[in-house]
Amino acid sequence: MRHLEQLPPWAAIIVALFVVIGATLTLLGGVGLVRLKSFYQRLHAPTLGYSYGTLLIILASMLMFSLAEGRAVLHELMVGIFIMLTTPITLLMLGRAALRRDRDRKLGHDEVVPPRNRPTPPAAAKDGGRDGAAKIPAPAADGAGAGDPQP
Amino acid sequence: MTAEILRFALGYAQIALILALALACWRMLLGPRAQDRVLGLDTMYINAMLLFLVIGMGNGNVFFFEGALVIAVLGFVTTVCAAKFLMRGEVIE
Repeated sequence: MRHLEQLPPWAAIIVALFVVIGATLTLLGGVGLVRLKSFYQRLHAPTLGYSYGTLLIILASMLMFSLAEGRAVLHELMVGIFIMLTTPITLLMLGRAALRRDRDRKLGHDEVVPPRNRPTPPAAAKDGGRDGAAKIPAPAADGAGAGDPQP
Repeated sequence: MTAEILRFALGYAQIALILALALACWRMLLGPRAQDRVLGLDTMYINAMLLFLVIGMGNGNVFFFEGALVIAVLGFVTTVCAAKFLMRGEVIE
């Protein structure tokens, strides 16, 4: 514990504040992961720890080691950049996989998911003709609607 | 005085991160569907990485940082493989 006494008091207060706030945000993300109801809500909760928790703890670590050793210690930036690059990839892939599994009728579940295709223009015009559905023609992605005449 | 502030903050951070790890483990064991378990596992990886960083700050040791880096890389690979498996039913197409 020799290195802890070498810090000036202002740096100790800043480092302690960063570490405490980062750990608290990570804990709040864990609480949200347990308490939220739907999977698509739970997907958002631990990102508190992924973004702010990682950022604050890495900043505190860089500041502490830089002041304790008297030189710039920047290798924690590697972890930060890696987490910043990989977290959107993993969570997007997980969300897309969950959406694909929820649209599968064979797996029993009670999640409410939006349908794959938007309603076609005649159906949208019949129930009131919202301006968004009237201007944009529906993509003829499904094979059944491809042969319909345009209104 | 400086050392007491830092020791208290690092101890609190370790306890909070261990609690977050336990909550993520609870979600992984309890998760009603497979994607909940994968999300809990990914959260456990990130929380363990942050816990290693905080323990390394308390010890003044650089080797914990390398452990944290290895955990981050392994967590990324694990979650991507599990998500690919959930989406397609196979990992390598």
